[in-house]
Amino acid sequence: MKPTGAARPGPSAPFGELHVAVDPGGLDGVDAADRGAVLAALLEAGHPVSRKAEAAEGALARLGGDVSVLDRAPEEVVADVAARREAAAAPAPGAWTPWFPVIDYDRCTNCMQCLSFCLFDVYSVDGDGRITVQNQEKCKTSCPACSRVCPEVAILFPKYKKGPINGDEVKAEDIASESMKVDISSLLGGDIYSALKERSGSAKQRFSTERDESKALLERKRCLKELKDKLDIPSEVLMSLPSAGDIEERARRARAKQEERIARSRSAQDQKKTDGPSTQEWDI
Amino acid sequence: MGRRIVHCHCVYSKVVPADVKAAVLERLAGSDEDFEAVPDLCEMSAGKDPALARFAGDGEVEIVACFPRAVRWLFHSAGHELAAEASIHNMRSSTADEVCGALGLPDQESTS
Ligand code: SF4
Ligand code: SF4
Repeated sequence: MKPTGAARPGPSAPFGELHVAVDPGGLDGVDAADRGAVLAALLEAGHPVSRKAEAAEGALARLGGDVSVLDRAPEEVVADVAARREAAAAPAPGAWTPWFPVIDYDRCTNCMQCLSFCLFDVYSVDGDGRITVQNQEKCKTSCPACSRVCPEVAILFPKYKKGPINGDEVKAEDIASESMKVDISSLLGGDIYSALKERSGSAKQRFSTERDESKALLERKRCLKELKDKLDIPSEVLMSLPSAGDIEERARRARAKQEERIARSRSAQDQKKTDGPSTQEWDI
Repeated sequence: MGRRIVHCHCVYSKVVPADVKAAVLERLAGSDEDFEAVPDLCEMSAGKDPALARFAGDGEVEIVACFPRAVRWLFHSAGHELAAEASIHNMRSSTADEVCGALGLPDQESTS
């Protein structure tokens, strides 16, 4: 299967300022558990909530003001706020699952292995030649594969279940840990392919006598499942691993891109020196 | 400017224990503290939400979310650095009582 690189819908437009304000005393009379339940229901439905002196300003709704909380079920309050959000033509929350890599630049050495490896063009190079996460929406939900190839344990997925990929502190043993780190060449050219080949080879021998293709398919699925469980990499991604040649080509392109960006930014700096400060820099 | 509390409810995954985030939110709602609660800081980071600049640059911010390393780099990834003195409270590795204690919130009995 060829990777499509198709983007998921992507994060909705920023909406952090489209909040629900809690008026001073707006939750008075509501018991503690119900207060928490109303706020949690609003958050679960994607509405930020703010309680501060200036919160009423620009608020989508005001709890205890234009939206009553007293004696109402959390769902009713949420429906009320959702209707206001729709009326204000505000972006709907929750269209995208925020799963994407985050780089810890205190650890990253800019080796570009992640860029070379990623099948979906999530990574790019910035104007200073630094690795950057550019297309978060192209990342495959729940796939932490690139964090497994980073030799520095510098790639986080904050919603991953285990450390240090989830942002927990990196311990010395994590760097050496086999279950954490997968050598890129073995992942792409060796272990997985040879494991698959070995499996399908021995499976073929058995199946040549049995001539049972559905069993062969089951065997392949079982093999992929094993790898998937070991590394937490979705089978969709495992099925579309690039060849070693692809990886080399990607690495070459990444290096070229990096050099081009660095050269471009150097020439812009040289140009600036020749031209002298811009009017903006003179603060005119 | 005084301290500001930002609570992340991590709504698109189950990695933050539901009982911890619910209890912290309840204690916040029952206190006299100003606070802002957001559905998901990861989503805001990916969307480069301008509210993050306000959180990052807003005096003594106390963020109640998950692992500090993740939260700091999420802010960085959105183009906003969290000040070194920002506090990050981790609901993945602490109990609700520990988080509320660190925030100096009153006990639950005295908030209802
Ligand atoms: S693989 Fe890791 S160290 Fe190398 S560029 Fe990517 S994030 Fe940085
Ligand atoms: S910052 Fe942490 S707690 Fe908040 S949404 Fe992301 S993973 Fe969840």
